[in-house]
Amino acid sequence: MQQFTVFMDIESSRSYIDELYSSDAVKVMEALVTLKNSVIGSNRQKSSVISQGVVPRLLQLMSEESLDPNIRLEATITIGSLAKGTPENIDSLIEKGTATALVEMLKTVPLGSKLAEAALCALRSIFSHKPAPVDALPADMRLLTRLTQIAREDSQEARTSVIRVLAVWCSGTVEQEALTCAGACSAAAAMLVVPPRSVPSPSRLVPALELLAAMCFKNPNVAQVALNTRHGDKSIPELLMCLVSRDKPLVVALKAAKCLTFLQRAGALPADDSRIVFGALPCLARLCTKENTEDIRASAAEVLAYLTEVDTSLQRLAAISNHLMSSLADIVNCQSAAAKQGAFKCFASLGANDEDIRKMIIETHGLMVHVVNGLNNPDPCVSLAAVRCLHSLSRSVQQLRTTFQDHAVWKPLMQLLNDSPGPELLNVGSSTLCNLLLEFSPAKEPMLDQGAVEMLCNLTKMSDPALRLNGIWALMNMAFQAEQKVKQRILCCLGTEQMFRLLGDSDTRVIMKMLGLLRNLLSTRQHIDAIMSEYSSQVMQAVIVVLEGSYPAEVKEQALCILGNIGDGEKSKDLIMANEDVLRKLVDYLAHPESKLQEAALFVAGNLVWRGEAGAAARQQRLAELGLLRALKLLRASHHAAHLHDKVKTALAQFNEFT
Amino acid sequence: MKLRKSEMAAIGSGRGTMDSQNQVQSDTVDRLKLLYPNVNEEETPLPRAWSTKDKFSYIGLSQNNLRVHYKGGTQGPGRRPHLPYLHLRLWMYRHGKTHRDAASVRATHPIPAACGLYYFEVRIVSKGRDGYMGIGLSAHGVNMNRLPGWDKHSYGYHGDDGHSFCSSGTGQPYGPTFTTGDVIGCGVNLVDNTCFYTKNGHHLGIAFRGLPPNLYPTVGLQTPGEVVDTNFGQQPFVFDIEDMLKELRARTRVAIDEFPLPDEQGQWQQVLHRMVSTYLVHHGYCSTAQAFSRATGQPIDEDIASIKNRQRVSKLVLAGRVGEAVETTRRLWPGLLERDPDLLFLLKCRQFVEMVNGTDCEASEDGANGVATSVISHTGRPHKRSNGVAADAAEEGGGRDVDMAPAANGDHEDEALPLVKGMPGVTASVAALLPDRFEADASSQRASVERMLAFGRELYAMSQKLSQDLYHKSMLEDAFSLLAYSNPWDSPVGWQLEPVRREAVCDALNSAILESQGMQWSSPVEACVSHARSLLRRMSRASLGACAFADLSALLAR
Repeated sequence: MQQFTVFMDIESSRSYIDELYSSDAVKVMEALVTLKNSVIGSNRQKSSVISQGVVPRLLQLMSEESLDPNIRLEATITIGSLAKGTPENIDSLIEKGTATALVEMLKTVPLGSKLAEAALCALRSIFSHKPAPVDALPADMRLLTRLTQIAREDSQEARTSVIRVLAVWCSGTVEQEALTCAGACSAAAAMLVVPPRSVPSPSRLVPALELLAAMCFKNPNVAQVALNTRHGDKSIPELLMCLVSRDKPLVVALKAAKCLTFLQRAGALPADDSRIVFGALPCLARLCTKENTEDIRASAAEVLAYLTEVDTSLQRLAAISNHLMSSLADIVNCQSAAAKQGAFKCFASLGANDEDIRKMIIETHGLMVHVVNGLNNPDPCVSLAAVRCLHSLSRSVQQLRTTFQDHAVWKPLMQLLNDSPGPELLNVGSSTLCNLLLEFSPAKEPMLDQGAVEMLCNLTKMSDPALRLNGIWALMNMAFQAEQKVKQRILCCLGTEQMFRLLGDSDTRVIMKMLGLLRNLLSTRQHIDAIMSEYSSQVMQAVIVVLEGSYPAEVKEQALCILGNIGDGEKSKDLIMANEDVLRKLVDYLAHPESKLQEAALFVAGNLVWRGEAGAAARQQRLAELGLLRALKLLRASHHAAHLHDKVKTALAQFNEFT
Repeated sequence: MKLRKSEMAAIGSGRGTMDSQNQVQSDTVDRLKLLYPNVNEEETPLPRAWSTKDKFSYIGLSQNNLRVHYKGGTQGPGRRPHLPYLHLRLWMYRHGKTHRDAASVRATHPIPAACGLYYFEVRIVSKGRDGYMGIGLSAHGVNMNRLPGWDKHSYGYHGDDGHSFCSSGTGQPYGPTFTTGDVIGCGVNLVDNTCFYTKNGHHLGIAFRGLPPNLYPTVGLQTPGEVVDTNFGQQPFVFDIEDMLKELRARTRVAIDEFPLPDEQGQWQQVLHRMVSTYLVHHGYCSTAQAFSRATGQPIDEDIASIKNRQRVSKLVLAGRVGEAVETTRRLWPGLLERDPDLLFLLKCRQFVEMVNGTDCEASEDGANGVATSVISHTGRPHKRSNGVAADAAEEGGGRDVDMAPAANGDHEDEALPLVKGMPGVTASVAALLPDRFEADASSQRASVERMLAFGRELYAMSQKLSQDLYHKSMLEDAFSLLAYSNPWDSPVGWQLEPVRREAVCDALNSAILESQGMQWSSPVEACVSHARSLLRRMSRASLGACAFADLSALLAR
């Protein structure tokens, strides 16, 4: 064997690289060993060797079944060593089909052999690189069964490697289900056992926990299987429960709590299960405390955010656990984006439902400054998480009136939304905007100046129904008890064309909010007349469209309410009176089986026949001619409409000349 | 056969020193002993109940002094007026820190530092009128007309507002409020001197730092109807305290493992070899020591023949043949026992016990092995004891017991038994055993009992000559008490007969021999262990809680 040094240059290495291609097995073997020794621990050598184009030959030596097993082993080990190099090295290995070749090899190599172990080790290194070549491993049952068999029975090293590869590979429902069928749950469970009195080893436990988490994530079927998988006398949740205890390494406890969280969110464990309430949750709250490293805290906050995302009782519990709020407030101050993101997400989850918690978040921990800073953070993940947090907090009426105003949170928010945001940010941001625009929110005025109307009108033109809904909802909130110039601006900006498009929207909620917007626009007498003088035909047409179309009752109710509002205007009454079609419909609705439509129609009629207003007598006569009076009398006699009798009486009382 | 219980000497266990007011000792396992294994209750008793003395008069106790209720005082000045809430707050504000209705009670004892992590739980049976309850800790002598937390060296968590009070009249926002049905736990970490609370099994986070030592568990109540129950550890806790204990143990283990040492002291291999070798030599494991020294190159400082001699003597003692051991010692190390009458007395005393046991006979009699027959008949237990150290030659020799049912001998029953002359505390019940009823072996039995009694008298005479020391006296009394029972093996003093008791005697003799040869009386490894043990005791006295988690036997086992 030739002597070499780590600093050997390319020229001097040429000779043994040539030997690699020799037909003499002995020479090939010698060259392989030299090559292997030269690349171990030296990224420079790895790059140089790869650039010399040795990889295809190595793959060939590795895969050729007729060759001496020792040659194959050395070639595989060399590939494994190269796979521990720089990301560029791994990229070029993947490009040359190394991952596929290794997977192919795993189909045939005998289990328990050194060759299998070396191949798995190399594959693990390649899969640790991002993006991992997941396509190289097809969801082939025979192969997967073989791999899970290795994960159960093989040497410790091989088991750890294969589980790590599978954990990376498992990224979708197909993979999750396939792995479950192949028995990966029980393989992972076997790895989770910590013999008593031994020190738990993270390098063994973490890959298994990651695999389990990846398999259960948002997959109720797999989670159910995991729930019922046992190893020895313990089920998987029980094994996990042992791992979240305080004497376990932090990273192990974190991953175990994550698995329990995923099991819970996938529906396998109820939110009040003791393993969640006394296992995962306190563990995560503990990992968020100051004593721990930043990355542990960041991940713990993120998992905790997911655990407490929907369940109010878990939110309340987390809020009092181990000073979690202070811990999170502290994590927000950490440098890394991951930490800030985790903390904001967690605050968002905690404050989602409970007003007391929201109050606690804002009052005790002065979070608003950080949220505003977070909104301005250049990292999109952080700003998105900050918006989520803001959205959660904006559900509090009290906060909208006070803290939000003090910190002018709308400014950075508007800026984010105007700055070509991603779909997720747009969704959460516009929902937040919706809350900020509630009538009592003092943020309303300055936001108008920032072009909020234009932005919201644009939102109503989005293809995503959720965004359209947020846009029109926000406009509706904005129009509520607004000044006339604001209403004019909304109408002007939205445009009648878009208005009709929204009335024909596929999502009923959008139509409802659109009609709600019209109602809010057409309120108070002066506004009604002013708006109707300009948009009468369009508004009437819109109402007729809805009344004639096949819409659900609650939509038609909204339309009738708009008519009622119009009927309250001084001049606008005539617009209704002039439309016989509408009047006839009105009479029909008084006899409608749906009681809320009857009530709405009664409201319109009441406004039209109101005495003491100019032209009341003429209107009464006209309506009586169309059978309104008869309809009202019928209604009074009806037993079904007993709750409307007072209103019917009031309306009838207006017709004194005819009764 | 009549027993004279009054003859039993003090058994010498630590019980009976319990505070008279807590009669709550459970008959089954003492959970507190399991929770706090390193606490020496003779030195630092654990809090097991509330104190009937150390409390304000408004406090009432019941249910073994574990339930606390507010009974209030008689009407009078200083009694808080009944006012609506806001007025009450105003009233409180005006009255500053003098809530004259508040009343506290402390536990019977302060928390021993050797607990390491101390914990107790309080269940709110009723929040009473306003639920002004405080749970926490206070030092001895702190005013009891207060809720815990208001004064210096007093710490509390209050139910009405969820605030924590750290020696101050104003609280800090700490946790949730608590009320009827909640279980509030208070934990004291005596390693870093912090305190945390739990609510219904959920850790609420650290409330206080920098706590002083010797705090008492304390609860305070303030309005009528408030009732709380306490669990000082006699029942399982709602909170998983074991988890935290495990963490602290693991942390202490890491701290010990990773403790940095100066280089010259860090040569473990050498030190360990030396320790093993000296241990083997010390205890006379001669051939093992030789083998070990060959393997590791450790020198043996003692002559091989001398080690073998000590080994011989030790074997004799461990086999219960103390008489022979004494003879051999006299022959090999003349003058040794004469110079050390205390040791001789110890040996003789053991010899007496072994006579009762039937394992010791004067070497001169009955051939080489001696006849291992107890003079005392017994029915209960078969005579099979071995401590595994030395195969009991005597047992093989003929451990045949005389099987005889305890005959009901009417003529002896009502008689007042006369004292055996020369042996105070030994009744004539031995005389009742005297084998005049024995059909067979009568003469030999009688002779051996008489020999034993004679030996006893000699022993008593010997003890009189020694400086009148309580230790010797109680040792003798224990030994003589064996004779008071028809079946000594099943008697309360039967523990003396266990072979394992021979080890202490053996060690004492071995140490004395070594010392007389100018060598160390204890082996380095044992010195090291007992040094560590005494350091732990010192730590406990100095209120260093980490001593609770330095598990010496676990560290040695590793």
